[in-house]
Amino acid sequence: MKILVAVKQVAALDEDFAIREDGRDVDPDFLIRDLNEWDDFSLEEAVKIKEASADPVEVVVVSVGPGEADESLRKCLAKGADRAIRVWDDAMEGSDPIAIARVLAAVAKRENPALLFAGVQSSDHGFAATGMAAAAFLAWPHAAVVCSLQYAPGAARAVFRRELEGGLLHEVEIECPAVLTVQLGINTPRYASLRSIKQAAAKPIEVLGLADLQLGGGEVGEAGSASRVRRMYIPDKGRAQLIEGDVAQQAQRLAAIIREFKGETP
Amino acid sequence: MSGVLIIAEQRRGEMRPVTLELIAAAQNLRRDADEVAVAVLASAPERFVDALKVAGVDEIITVPVAAAEFDPDTFESAIGALISARKPDVVLVAHSVDSFGYAAALAAKLGLGFATDVFKTERIDGELVATRGGYGQKVCVEVDFPGRATVLLAIRANMFKPPEAAGAARVSAFAAPAPASRSAGRDFIELSAGDDVDMTAAEFILTIGRGIGEEAKVPVFRELADAVGATLGCSRPIADAGWLPKSRQVGQSGKTASACKLYIAMGVSGAIQHLAGMKHVATIVAVNSDAEASIFGVAKYGIVGDIFEIAEELRRHF
Repeated sequence: MKILVAVKQVAALDEDFAIREDGRDVDPDFLIRDLNEWDDFSLEEAVKIKEASADPVEVVVVSVGPGEADESLRKCLAKGADRAIRVWDDAMEGSDPIAIARVLAAVAKRENPALLFAGVQSSDHGFAATGMAAAAFLAWPHAAVVCSLQYAPGAARAVFRRELEGGLLHEVEIECPAVLTVQLGINTPRYASLRSIKQAAAKPIEVLGLADLQLGGGEVGEAGSASRVRRMYIPDKGRAQLIEGDVAQQAQRLAAIIREFKGETP
Repeated sequence: MSGVLIIAEQRRGEMRPVTLELIAAAQNLRRDADEVAVAVLASAPERFVDALKVAGVDEIITVPVAAAEFDPDTFESAIGALISARKPDVVLVAHSVDSFGYAAALAAKLGLGFATDVFKTERIDGELVATRGGYGQKVCVEVDFPGRATVLLAIRANMFKPPEAAGAARVSAFAAPAPASRSAGRDFIELSAGDDVDMTAAEFILTIGRGIGEEAKVPVFRELADAVGATLGCSRPIADAGWLPKSRQVGQSGKTASACKLYIAMGVSGAIQHLAGMKHVATIVAVNSDAEASIFGVAKYGIVGDIFEIAEELRRHF
């Protein structure tokens, strides 16, 4: 039995940053990369299932990205993944979530897991789309925003709860294999130990290209995407009126705002 | 038809308010003879017709389905059939937990142009352009959809003003195929309160976020909230860590600060999901050590500084 966990190396912006010369992205020099916050939870959920199982369960992580994504994959290996796959071809540059999902679905076909996990969304572009699009390419049952899961390895069905708006949950039963996107807070992700970080550094990362997955260049990148970035720009932000001064002065002003709200005279 | 097809969102017999916002969003996507149609999928869709007879809607399409509540297979097959039959230029859905479960799958299956969390739409030289956020909402991203006959957009809530005037849409029924669904909805569960606080009724909220750093700091802010007469709230990471009950979480998956007039956010960075629950509040004061935190974009007043020092000084005044 196998669980495939799709992870993304996301990018956050440095304090100062500049838009790339073509105006369609941020200059990569200003990007700080890390494993997507949601993916920490989906990996932990897979590792928990593995650890609770009497039968062997393999947890495989997969990421679509260039060599620098290895860093995030190694983090996953250190936190309990058994094996890591990275898929890349320069033709994948400019892929939107739909194109990425096509690649992930091809990997899932090859790996044949019982469950495919992805994060609900990524912290950088927040499409909340990749996992469900991959399910469509696989024609597998699917559900998004899973905040608790009951699944016995090998079972034909899983039961989970979707986290809806406004503090409401919805319990659902689903046929496997299935694609589930995992919400923050479903578990408490572990920290990697120094020993496991060391071991992960020595583990191989399997690298696949288009041909390995029988994908054409036109199925990925801008050609395989459902949208194309036309322009990226820095918005004129509404800015808060800053309360200046030392801590005592700032607190005094804040106290005055509170008193005013309560209708008290300062 | 060409024109705009809106998928209404309903849950447990109630039309979700975002549906009316989609109707507003559709208006500037109309071209000359374009119509705006709203499809409502439900086991008894007729019950929602009256709520949808608002200005800007030309047609209401009732789509009876077997599933009483949202189900991905049901929605994808019915909406897919509807798109094939009607051939709209644009399909609008809410960027919501339900649409997270089917919109991307539908776009992938049908080869639609697709973007989510869209907060602005326009036509530039006749081409549809959608704007969304990028890099944690630090930049705006304009996307287009070259060569796509139909584009599916998931629209962010609270960005478009719902129409108030009544309308006179015609009503038609659409017979959707009934797929064998591979998942089955069971019960809804209201999150147990944990305590009896009602964030939606609180007029003055003091919220703590990731910036408090450790659970041991929670009592400091609880005591401060009591002293100033505020209801203590929190952002998602605090509730996920179990430091405060989920009932105190403000945001998309938590509570909306509906009645709030003064909102003090301490150590809250201002993720889009948190802002969804509080950015409407008239007076927001943000205290954060990071001058670039998104929360300052919605706050009326900002203090860039150490939340513990501010909390300690503020406490002396009450």
